[in-house]
Amino acid sequence: MSPILEIKNLYFTYEKQRALENINLSINKKDFLAIIGPNGGGKSTLLKLILGINKIQKGSIEIEGKASSSCLKKIGYVPQNTNVNTDFPIRVFEVVLMGHTSKRRVLFGYSKDEIAKAYNVLQKVGMKEFAKNKIGSLSGGQRQRVMIARALFTDPQILLLDEPTSSIDAKGQKEVYELLKILNKDITVVVVSHDISIILEYASKVAYINRTLILHDIGANQNKFKTKDEHFCEVELLNLLGSKTKKECSC
Amino acid sequence: MLEALSYSFIQNALIAGVLISICAGIIGSLIVVNRMVFLAGGIAHTSYGGIGMAIYFGFPIFFGASMFAVGAALILASISLKQKNRIDTFIGLIWAVGMAIGVLFIDLTPGYNVDLMSYLFGSILAVSRDDLLFISILLLIILFITIFWYRDILAVSYDSEYASLRGVHVKFFYTLILVLSALTVVVSIKIVGLILVIALLTIPVYIAEKLSSTLGGMMSISALLSACFTLVGLYLSYTYDLTSGASIILVAALSLLLFLAINFLRHR
Repeated sequence: MSPILEIKNLYFTYEKQRALENINLSINKKDFLAIIGPNGGGKSTLLKLILGINKIQKGSIEIEGKASSSCLKKIGYVPQNTNVNTDFPIRVFEVVLMGHTSKRRVLFGYSKDEIAKAYNVLQKVGMKEFAKNKIGSLSGGQRQRVMIARALFTDPQILLLDEPTSSIDAKGQKEVYELLKILNKDITVVVVSHDISIILEYASKVAYINRTLILHDIGANQNKFKTKDEHFCEVELLNLLGSKTKKECSC
Repeated sequence: MLEALSYSFIQNALIAGVLISICAGIIGSLIVVNRMVFLAGGIAHTSYGGIGMAIYFGFPIFFGASMFAVGAALILASISLKQKNRIDTFIGLIWAVGMAIGVLFIDLTPGYNVDLMSYLFGSILAVSRDDLLFISILLLIILFITIFWYRDILAVSYDSEYASLRGVHVKFFYTLILVLSALTVVVSIKIVGLILVIALLTIPVYIAEKLSSTLGGMMSISALLSACFTLVGLYLSYTYDLTSGASIILVAALSLLLFLAINFLRHR
């Protein structure tokens, strides 16, 4: 199977601080990849490189054989839910329409086709009935589903999510991951997350980044991860992944 | 009051009040949702430098104030896009320097300047036909930009990082919002003065934000409220011989208090 996203020999340095070193990663269609690792380990840097926010210094990132910067429409992005102003006067369907990249402009903003498409995408994430609600009136989990709908507006092949369940209650987290599981039947899902205990129930591959990258195909080991509770820590995970740098777990 | 409507200066004042209210409703909404209130305050006070220069050199006040305000907006936009964490220092700096330039030029102007207070606290009854033309042109520009680029402005205001990823020119629209804010501040100075202008740009907007679920709705409600406050304030100003700007702002502030009280009682 040819990879949909391929990262080869990727290096990135902030001034004199090396953030990523010789990253190689291959993601196939319909993979569900969890990118985990400590703060400052390079997860966000890798994400910014894939999205073209940071320029590649050395190495390459390709989507279906083409430089990722030339086919960003194939990536749907859900940013970390930190800067959203909940008082902002905006309706749910308008947020979804922000996922559109068209340069065509119509008076007062949107054409009928665009609005119909927004409703269609909202239906996919189970939020159609909330289309005309003010975004601030939704719960954290519902808001995140709207953000996923916004990312789906351009029919991407890869859905990239940065900490999608931070500041969401347990029920909302479960809803978001169940939705991603359904979406994963059609598209590739890549999630950057700290919630190791929950994400490993859903991921088919795990990439652990701490400047370098360790990739593991979960496959038959999924049951090992499913049994882990919230005290499950990164060191245990590394041991399960078969890292060469095994350590004692301190948690 | 009906007799007063036959005077052309009263007619000019009312037309200016309504036109400026629409400008303030639209731009005030953008200032508030983009959290630029302090920026707009800095720009308002900087424009005093332009007023001082205009009085000294004898060119139109709107022109002088606009030059300074737009200049300040461009400087602050460029700084805030690069060094957001230091922006408050630069706002304070530009604010004080603009005021200082204005005071010095007025000191250097021969004779007593009777107009000085009117620019600090507003003098809507002195609106000329030329002023009306300037305000009308600005309103048309604001309407065209907000209607045609509504979704880009909305995207930048709601989530600038995501808008940038979707190909919206965030820096351009951010700067455009600040420049339009600067020009709106300049025309608003005519009715409420530069000391009180921020209240006109924020009080109606605060109420409108609670009553609307879209940015366009917020702008419309805010413009309507602004116009009501301005007309009631003008009526009180004319009837009781009070300063127009202060009257308008106090009407707006009392309305806000009433709104908050009603809200509080409803949610108890």
